[in-house]
Amino acid sequence: MIWNPNKECMSRDELRGLQGRRLHKVVAYVYHNVPFYRNKMQEMDISPDDINSIDDIVRLPFTTKQDLRDNYPFGLQAAPQSEIVRIHASTGTTGNPTIVGYTRKDIGIWSECMSRCLSAYGVGRDDIFSVAYGYGLFTGGLGAHYGVENLGGTVIPTSTGNTEKHVRLIKDLGVTGIACTPSYALHLAETMEKMGIRVSDLKLRVGAFGAEPWTENMRREIESRLGLKAYNLYGLSEIMGPSVSYECEHQDGSHINEDHFYPEIIDPVTCERLPDGTPGELVFTTLTKEGMPVLRYRTRDLTRLLPGECGCGRTFVRMDRITGRSDDMLIIRGINVFPSQVESVLLSIPECAPRFKLIVDRERNLDTLTVQVEVRPEYFAKGFDTLSPFTDLEKLVASRLKSVLSIAANVQIKTPGTIARSEGKTRFVEDRRVLK
Amino acid sequence: MKQVSVFIENKAGTVVGVLETLKKAGMQLYAISIADTAEYGICRMICDDPEGACEALRGAGFVSSITRVFAVRMDDQPGSAAGIVAMFASAGVDIAYLYSAIISGEPFLVFRTNDSDRAVEIVSSNGLTLAEV
Repeated sequence: MIWNPNKECMSRDELRGLQGRRLHKVVAYVYHNVPFYRNKMQEMDISPDDINSIDDIVRLPFTTKQDLRDNYPFGLQAAPQSEIVRIHASTGTTGNPTIVGYTRKDIGIWSECMSRCLSAYGVGRDDIFSVAYGYGLFTGGLGAHYGVENLGGTVIPTSTGNTEKHVRLIKDLGVTGIACTPSYALHLAETMEKMGIRVSDLKLRVGAFGAEPWTENMRREIESRLGLKAYNLYGLSEIMGPSVSYECEHQDGSHINEDHFYPEIIDPVTCERLPDGTPGELVFTTLTKEGMPVLRYRTRDLTRLLPGECGCGRTFVRMDRITGRSDDMLIIRGINVFPSQVESVLLSIPECAPRFKLIVDRERNLDTLTVQVEVRPEYFAKGFDTLSPFTDLEKLVASRLKSVLSIAANVQIKTPGTIARSEGKTRFVEDRRVLK
Repeated sequence: MKQVSVFIENKAGTVVGVLETLKKAGMQLYAISIADTAEYGICRMICDDPEGACEALRGAGFVSSITRVFAVRMDDQPGSAAGIVAMFASAGVDIAYLYSAIISGEPFLVFRTNDSDRAVEIVSSNGLTLAEV
């Protein structure tokens, strides 16, 4: 079902007009209320009067996570404190947390956008919906919660933790929908199986999963183990929280709530705007936010905007899956290399375990890339007595990497358990280059 | 007969790890041979319980498997190995690799050819003795 056809299905021309008017308004609003943006715009010699259509957005400055940290806690807040009704914060493991204040209107728009997502998943008034995102500073829990209430469904604010109790509630209350991270969904499935509860004992039919990257394989696994249809839900606290984009029944990318969050794809190095269909870094501008609007916020998430219309009738543009983070990007011999590209190549080869390490070095002033990957022992159980299955695998990995990365990599096959388990996000990259 | 093959990386302590695993599993080793390149190697072994050895190695995290090889008994005198290999050479059968083993005090030549069916014919038509393990 389409929650708000007037917006979700409006003609592209009408939408562009609306976006342009809203952009002008939000630019004028931050110009007059946030010194950070006013200074930046004055440095670039632009004023709100220069922004008259959505195409003028390319003239505006970018905002980065670092800008948000540098202006901790309230430097980017545009509304007076008396108008702020809620504050969320990001975890801040690598510096100041990011503080995001919401006005009453912001919370209303968030709920509206979340209701659009849930409707697209087929959630309605008769659903009993468990929200198992963390409640608290993280936007996941309360964001999904308000969306279900706004829609008229029954919400169970489960939050995370005490998984056995959660499974019991799902079974006893006849819970039909759930929102959580994909990895928690798998944990839930494991717990359920350990408790001896079968999928047929449950009424679960729909799941909204997000807040971390996941794959089609995970989707299939979650769907079969929990007996539901799994949909992608995307969002980030700097923009709003969950509800920024959502899959419809066609599940061919996620529709962006474009009347509120304007997307662009840029080259993460040159910051040039890229055409639809080209992969790059996702950038959002909030068009209606009052508490903490952001102009051209660089999400660091890598994806592309999918050209063409969707069969569901919504006209909102779709974004592809997130394939990685631009801050993990390596520049090797002048070529942009993302560890996620290497990962996707390795995932496509069954003999390779999803455990790898990239070593970047420099020999005689030339960058070298070494990819170490562990093999899966079960794929060699058929029998080998020479090295050829391993050297063949090495060649296969090298040729696939070459075609994806456009640079040659030295591949090293490793025995299981020999590559250290990575703890942080970037631990699987070792850059040994010393620039003299 | 059955041979156990293990994929090993060329680094200190790997072979010790393989042998310690077999020791713990109580395996009697008859032969061991390593073929290597710059970074990896294949360690081939003949022992009294190939399935048990392979299972123990897998349990210890090694990539290992079982394949079939020939083990032909040699006479304990000069020229015996040359005579056996010559039989295969004259029949046009290539030997992929070979190494020697001592099984129950007797010398054997362990090898794999590119044509197992022809190899069986050569063994039987020349009255050669295969190892019974």
